[in-house]
Amino acid sequence: MAQHTIHVTINGTAHEATVESRLLLVHFLRDVLGLTGTHIGCDTTHCGACTVLLDGEPVKSCTVLAVQADRKQVKTVEGLAENGNLHPIQQGFWEEHGLQCGFCTPGMMMTSYALLQRNPNPSEAEIRQAISGNLCRCTGYVNIVKAVQHAAANLK
Amino acid sequence: MIPAAFDYHAPGSLEDAIALLEQHGDEAKVLSGGQSLLPLLKLRLGWATQLVDIGRIPGLEYIKEEDGYLKIGGNTREAALERSDLIRTKYPILLDTTLVIADPVVRNRATVGGNLAHGDPANDHPATMLALGAELVAVGPKGQRTIPITEFFKGLFETALAPSEILTEIRVPSPPPRSGGAYRKLERKVGDYATAAAAAQLTLGKNGKIEVAGIGLTNAGPVPLKGTEAEKFLVGKAPDEKTFAEAARLAARAASPTADWRGSVEYKREMARVMTGRALAAAAQRAGGM
Repeated sequence: MAQHTIHVTINGTAHEATVESRLLLVHFLRDVLGLTGTHIGCDTTHCGACTVLLDGEPVKSCTVLAVQADRKQVKTVEGLAENGNLHPIQQGFWEEHGLQCGFCTPGMMMTSYALLQRNPNPSEAEIRQAISGNLCRCTGYVNIVKAVQHAAANLK
Repeated sequence: MIPAAFDYHAPGSLEDAIALLEQHGDEAKVLSGGQSLLPLLKLRLGWATQLVDIGRIPGLEYIKEEDGYLKIGGNTREAALERSDLIRTKYPILLDTTLVIADPVVRNRATVGGNLAHGDPANDHPATMLALGAELVAVGPKGQRTIPITEFFKGLFETALAPSEILTEIRVPSPPPRSGGAYRKLERKVGDYATAAAAAQLTLGKNGKIEVAGIGLTNAGPVPLKGTEAEKFLVGKAPDEKTFAEAARLAARAASPTADWRGSVEYKREMARVMTGRALAAAAQRAGGM
């Protein structure tokens, strides 16, 4: 059982932990740190429910080892709101009802957050392309696209 | 799902990585982006007691033109290929390819070298690199060697790489004027492996006839398939619909796909024909010949 001491900054807070080589980042976040906003859906790198930002890029945390996050920055859904106020992305999903059961929403929001950082004015096609690695089995995506557009308008 | 236990190493240099691979032999696997390897380990379909992560070795992520080649570092992320102006303007066949690999989130981790070194005939870069006549640079204990892409794929998940070698660079010959290439893939949904897919690269002569042709097929057998017969047929012909229909027929004839939930052998072979035809037409258009 190889153990590694890792230093990861999560939502701006430095964490030090000793983890097994095989521990997945998503399990580190959920089971070790108790950050259960990041969800496990398919567990096979398809659904995107476990999407977090690793050094600013959305990644599927079920397919990254916790040790690979050593000396890196992680942002999870818990890091979106500031001082108790919803982030414009969260506000967008709220206002446009961009969810039904809500299971895919954290990953959906992290991917959208990164999209708007890179491209503040995405077209509908660009939004749909960006979230094509995040599956929603409820909504049909119409309101999710509206939610991202809502956020884009409010981030300006 | 949790992988079986393994030791993890994150060497800071190629030399250290190769030494680790030498030390552990068959027990070691190279981890680049991990988007194929980690799912295999999680499903316990693959097995390794030592993972050598080359992701922290500096200097293996680049896209540049040099000495008549496009050179892509082995650890270059698919997302970097996708965002590269050089790729978009001069090598659109590679943009076609990366855009249909997995999905945008996976492409932030997945690497071009990993896609090739994994040796999966369902991966998309192999067919494209076959069409482009790429060379792969491998570094091992004895130093560096260059492997032509036609000699790289040995069998299902099996490549010409020795256990202690690392794929460090992909070299694509810079195409001469009047060249164009395209990749066309039929997939059931975003992120799926190809039901059928084809890469085509053409160079036209001053007389408008085809001078050089490269064709590669994805998921058309146990290894990525080069459409040798179709390539030979194309040379010297006019890049028109009739020529491409025959070339597509020849390419598909060489395919030996496996029946699965994506379709029967007959259906997949037919789709390989259709995708080859479409890739050729798009390649010719980009070469300025249609």
